[in-house]
Amino acid sequence: MEKRDIIQSFKDSLFTGLIALALFGPIVGLRTASKGEGLFITPQWGIVFLLVGLCIFGRFLINLNSARKTELTFFSKFTSKFSAITEDKAKHFAITAILFAVVFPFLPFTDRYFMDVAIMILTYIMLGWGLNIVVGLAGLLDLGYVAFYAVGAYSYALIATTFGWSFWICLPLAGVFAAFFGILLGFPVLRLRGDYLAIVTLGFGEIIRIILINWYEVTNGPDGITGIPRPSFFGIPFKRSPDEGETSFHIFFGLEYSTMHRIIFLYYLILVLALITNYFTLKIRKLPVGRAWEALREDEIACKSLGVNPTNTKLTAFAIGAMFGGFAGSFFATRQAFISPESFTFIESAIIVAIVVLGGMGSQTGVVLASIFLIGITEMFRDLEQYRMIAFGGAMVLIMVFKPKGILANRKPTILMHGDKK
Amino acid sequence: MEYFIQQLVNGITLGSIYGLIAIGYTMVYGIIGMINFAHGDIFMIGAFVALISFIIFGLTGVALPIILLLVLLIAMLFTACYGWTVEKLAYKPLRGSFRLAPLISALGMSIVLQNYVQVAQGARVKPMQPLITGGLEFFKNSEFVVTVSYLQIFIVILTIILMGIFTYLITKTDLGRAQRACEQDRTMTALLGINVDRTISITFIIGSSLASVAGMMFVLYYGVIDFYIGFLAGIKAFTAAVLGGIGSLPGAMLGGLLIGLIETFWAGYVSLEYKDVAAFSVLIVVLIFFPTGFLGKPDIEKV
Repeated sequence: MEKRDIIQSFKDSLFTGLIALALFGPIVGLRTASKGEGLFITPQWGIVFLLVGLCIFGRFLINLNSARKTELTFFSKFTSKFSAITEDKAKHFAITAILFAVVFPFLPFTDRYFMDVAIMILTYIMLGWGLNIVVGLAGLLDLGYVAFYAVGAYSYALIATTFGWSFWICLPLAGVFAAFFGILLGFPVLRLRGDYLAIVTLGFGEIIRIILINWYEVTNGPDGITGIPRPSFFGIPFKRSPDEGETSFHIFFGLEYSTMHRIIFLYYLILVLALITNYFTLKIRKLPVGRAWEALREDEIACKSLGVNPTNTKLTAFAIGAMFGGFAGSFFATRQAFISPESFTFIESAIIVAIVVLGGMGSQTGVVLASIFLIGITEMFRDLEQYRMIAFGGAMVLIMVFKPKGILANRKPTILMHGDKK
Repeated sequence: MEYFIQQLVNGITLGSIYGLIAIGYTMVYGIIGMINFAHGDIFMIGAFVALISFIIFGLTGVALPIILLLVLLIAMLFTACYGWTVEKLAYKPLRGSFRLAPLISALGMSIVLQNYVQVAQGARVKPMQPLITGGLEFFKNSEFVVTVSYLQIFIVILTIILMGIFTYLITKTDLGRAQRACEQDRTMTALLGINVDRTISITFIIGSSLASVAGMMFVLYYGVIDFYIGFLAGIKAFTAAVLGGIGSLPGAMLGGLLIGLIETFWAGYVSLEYKDVAAFSVLIVVLIFFPTGFLGKPDIEKV
């Protein structure tokens, strides 16, 4: 490297520092805090100088090595190798993963906390697979998926608390309700182009949340619904001391009572629900309607010319995706036994979309990896609660910048003419 | 009738704020065809910079008009830096990538900015004492006295001035011509010797400055801000841009006014709780019946 280049990159770094000072100076450096009446400012110049210094140093390093390029190739090499492995050995990989998931609750290190995290990850995997039908297969960006999750959770909670029906009756009903809402929303808006559709679905998600907060008579407003019945093992409840004329799970199987029974049951429940979603998606991809979704994603005008009705085709994707969201919602309601509009904010939709997109749109394995990565990492950094979402948003930007098609980009058509591979 | 006039005045004030934010959306959409999801958060940052400068200048005891002018310039400068940086970091590397990539990246940026401000400034709401007080009263003899506060007059006049400058900038200067050329055909513009990257950067800078003015107005008008204001305001301003016809600058202002009026009238006559639902429903209805908005150009799909 020549001397001129070094001076040049040094100047460039100083400019970066100046910009960083302008960025962090007011917002980080002058923290406002209320004391008594009115606001006061507490200067925090130390942190600002640290941040600015980091920016200058980082920029200088990047300039010196032009590290960006090497990093980029390293990153894409790594991920493409990885996606090649998972694709070649897709079947082995899937079987190993499922086997691991099945034995997971009985592994020696598995405790209550691990089970809770695993249930959460599986819930997101299920939501991700459900949304993958809409985003990955049909190519419709839905930023309001949480609305269907909410509809599922609330319909389960309302039906179960008013009529006292069992989980196994309420679950399909919740799915049907969510699918119904999907059709209701989808019918008018699915004619819109990609990014308009994204904003409208986002608006719909917010409308549902505002209604849940304000429709006090039915949803109990911001206080939410409490006392949602827990699921039973096909009619046998998980209670320490069962009511008269009832047997409890541990009595029926002659086990010592433990709260873990219910959690392990919930774990298997969500595992089965998620696998059903996956199986359904894999099967429907090979049916005419699944083919039509993928064709629509690739080229809408060509599809129209070939006689595919875009609105109806998109509507089925939307409704089926919504249905799985509804199932996941009713699982969420029964697990928590309490739901409130707080759980269904826009950020949930963003997380689910991030899982699908970061995993590589349309890739089922990618959803699993992205869920484990995003939820697992955020769980690990629980103590740094405040910085969690910054890291999360930053990861979304970085993955898009370096790998716009996601970790496992699997947008290969499921069928090719003449069966040629490349 | 008096109540109606009062709502009209409030609606126009709110509409000015939305209109200024909507210009940022519509300009960016016009030039690079993406929804800048982080624009609402840029507006929020502008509001925070304005609040901080108001507190600093409030201690010095300078005359009010000078404070307002200084805060305006400071907010525009610092917020423009944010707009510029966001574009450089999150959108520029994605130019020419597949369509949803910039949208996801913008979504990530929006999450980053929101949480960054939450960490840096705290999650609690920030109240500020009103700076501009008093107003004119009309219909004093009737039951309902209509008040037009000086603040409302200030907001509307400032919006009109900014719109004037902005329209001159776009229609009469070289910069504006370059921008309109980029909107039509970026490759051709580059061939004709115009620095497209620079033009796009300037678009972001102008959009962010206007959003920061809206942020300053928001602080003065509501007197309370938090890190979350950008989300709702952003969505409503986007609705305004779509309503006016996305890509059209007068359309953005018109859309802003309409959304402001719809929201205040809905809150005044129908129901306060559901005023946000009104804005979203308008968005859905508009997109279904006039996808190109009132002043937008029809969008022709080509194979």
